Amino acid sequence: MSKATKTALSGAVVAGAVAAAIGGLNLAGVTDAHAAQEKCYGVSLAGKNDCAAGPGTTCQGTSTVDYQGNAWTLVAEGTCESMELPGDRMGSLEPLERDLPS
Amino acid sequence: MTDSPLARHVAPAAATASAIGKTRSAAPARAPAAIAAAAGVSFKHDHLAAILDDPGTVGFLEVHAENYMGDGGHPHRTLERVRRDFPLSLHGVCMSIGGPGPLNEDHLARFAALVERYQPGLVSEHLAWSTHDDVFFNDLLPLPYTPQTLDRVCEHIDRMQTAIGRPILLENPATYVLFDNATMSETDFLRAIVARTGCGLLLDVNNVFVSATNHGYSARQYLDDFPLDHVGEIHLAGHSEQTDDEGDPLLIDSHDRPVADPVWALYDAVIAATGPIPTLVEWDSDLPEWPVLRAQAEAANRILSAASQPHRQGHRHALAV
Amino acid sequence: MPLPSDRAFAYPLDAAGFGAGLLDPARAKPQSVTGAHGKAAEKCYNVYRNNVTVSLIDALADIYPAVQELVGERFFRAMARDYVRAHPPSSPLLFRYGEGFADFIEGFAPARELAYLPDVARLERAWLTAYHAADREPIAPDELASIPQDRVGEIGFEMHPAFALVASRFSLFRLFMMNRGFMPLERIDASLAEPVMVTRPQADVAVTRLAPGEPVFLARLAAGDTLGQAAAEALAAETAFDLGHALASVLAAGAAVAIRAPAGTTAHPPATSPEDR
Repeated sequence: MSKATKTALSGAVVAGAVAAAIGGLNLAGVTDAHAAQEKCYGVSLAGKNDCAAGPGTTCQGTSTVDYQGNAWTLVAEGTCESMELPGDRMGSLEPLERDLPS
Repeated sequence: MTDSPLARHVAPAAATASAIGKTRSAAPARAPAAIAAAAGVSFKHDHLAAILDDPGTVGFLEVHAENYMGDGGHPHRTLERVRRDFPLSLHGVCMSIGGPGPLNEDHLARFAALVERYQPGLVSEHLAWSTHDDVFFNDLLPLPYTPQTLDRVCEHIDRMQTAIGRPILLENPATYVLFDNATMSETDFLRAIVARTGCGLLLDVNNVFVSATNHGYSARQYLDDFPLDHVGEIHLAGHSEQTDDEGDPLLIDSHDRPVADPVWALYDAVIAATGPIPTLVEWDSDLPEWPVLRAQAEAANRILSAASQPHRQGHRHALAV
Repeated sequence: MPLPSDRAFAYPLDAAGFGAGLLDPARAKPQSVTGAHGKAAEKCYNVYRNNVTVSLIDALADIYPAVQELVGERFFRAMARDYVRAHPPSSPLLFRYGEGFADFIEGFAPARELAYLPDVARLERAWLTAYHAADREPIAPDELASIPQDRVGEIGFEMHPAFALVASRFSLFRLFMMNRGFMPLERIDASLAEPVMVTRPQADVAVTRLAPGEPVFLARLAAGDTLGQAAAEALAAETAFDLGHALASVLAAGAAVAIRAPAGTTAHPPATSPEDR
């Protein structure tokens, strides 16, 4: 954050980095995004809704009755069980008793 | 078609695009594609490839204006693509013409820009409201029909027609409740709107059947009272059935299944009375594969073709019972 | 043409009353609402309640598919129902809805243990904003190459309208990709920081995982810093920062649309200001 650092970076280091960036545009480090796009529009996910454009308007009514309900008794039951947060014990849906001292 | 007495039914949208005197300073890239009196379908992105591959006898596509009010990206690219192959009908869902408050000027400007850009053959909105006090409810909500609400609705239609530089078609709603302070029938209300604003009408035959069933009146009688001469487009759609507090049928305008038989029968009667009118099959939830939707449009086209036969023309303007 | 206030109350449609009941199932239906021939109209009015609530929940489900995948449909719809009632949309453009959903999730007690959920929501919201953003052509690498070497530290970038940075102390990239079906779902440690940027080089939205220091670098560039300043800040924040990799990401993902050339150089047309919307 020092001024000296900034001055140093505005010279040869930056120029070198620009040259490297332009020369190395097909490096593996920037292909994540492309992979996502290919999957989105490729055949592998044909028929899935992952690439949907978000919500559209409605000028119709809905057949499903779902306007009542209580959110406060809920337990998540999706893929979050696989998304672990080890240090924080979050992400697991085991009963909290497991955290009690044994 | 121009020498046919039926041609006037296409006129409100197709031929009077500049009828209220607005000239466009920026020349549009293309003229509005007139929409023939054939069947179209509501366009869904999921059907894009299938439609381009095998459109069958589908004559036009209708889109909800609001879905194309973003700045760029896929939606506009897609609409540009289908616009090359099909005339477009631009159907507004959120203008809130039936609400007490003034129309949203930002929304009007966005709508006008879409009309300018895509030159749709038909432009329509709903006799309903959806926004009040800065809350958008995302549903077509009902209003009582009275001289006072009539004034307000006419002001709003005037404003919209001025903003977009052409007349609109106004759609009759599917309703689930009535108001104890209403003093006019829906058909009288619509007739007065047409007389005062010069707009045309979008007759949604499924909405007629849904409302008539829910409120216990005759759909045929409603259609007899309807100002059919001003209809520039017809909508058909499927509905679902629930029951009301008394256990009677309560129909929901759900657009999630094929058009029901009694609605086809009403449509047949309307077309026999009016001659061919551009007709849209709406399907907006639980989308089927493209051939299923295409078949619905082709069923409408058979009715439209039959009405073009000379031997049926004697029946015009008496709703066949 | 404002109405006198006493007339406003007399307007035959009580839109405020009709609307309030739509978002509050405990509220009685408006008095003026009736059924045909004197019938009750509770279930009939409830059709509107249901249409409004369900269509807005459906809209959130369409905006936040990965959040729904993570918590399951039943949990998601209950959470969304609470949000819809507390924060109904103000714009008729539903693709702009849900700006406050991530913050809402943060305060939603049943989701408290899923600490990464708000970040996933932020990314999904940014994804849809990028999807609808204005079309702009990203800068080409040779535009950068034409800047005099000794002045390149002084250039700045105008970011693409679709560009967004989503910082996270969780494994946001994989949480997003796995729960949108872009990567196979597998058991992961979700506590590894994976900040991302969202871009849209052409029509397709891209989500790019960022290396150490790159969030600072991109945030500074977006705020108007020069390349040299932004790189210095990034390096100060993360010694592992690699300017070459960062620039390659900017170019490959189409994050910028114009170069602000240093004063006195003429290699580039001046950057146009972004359209104000």
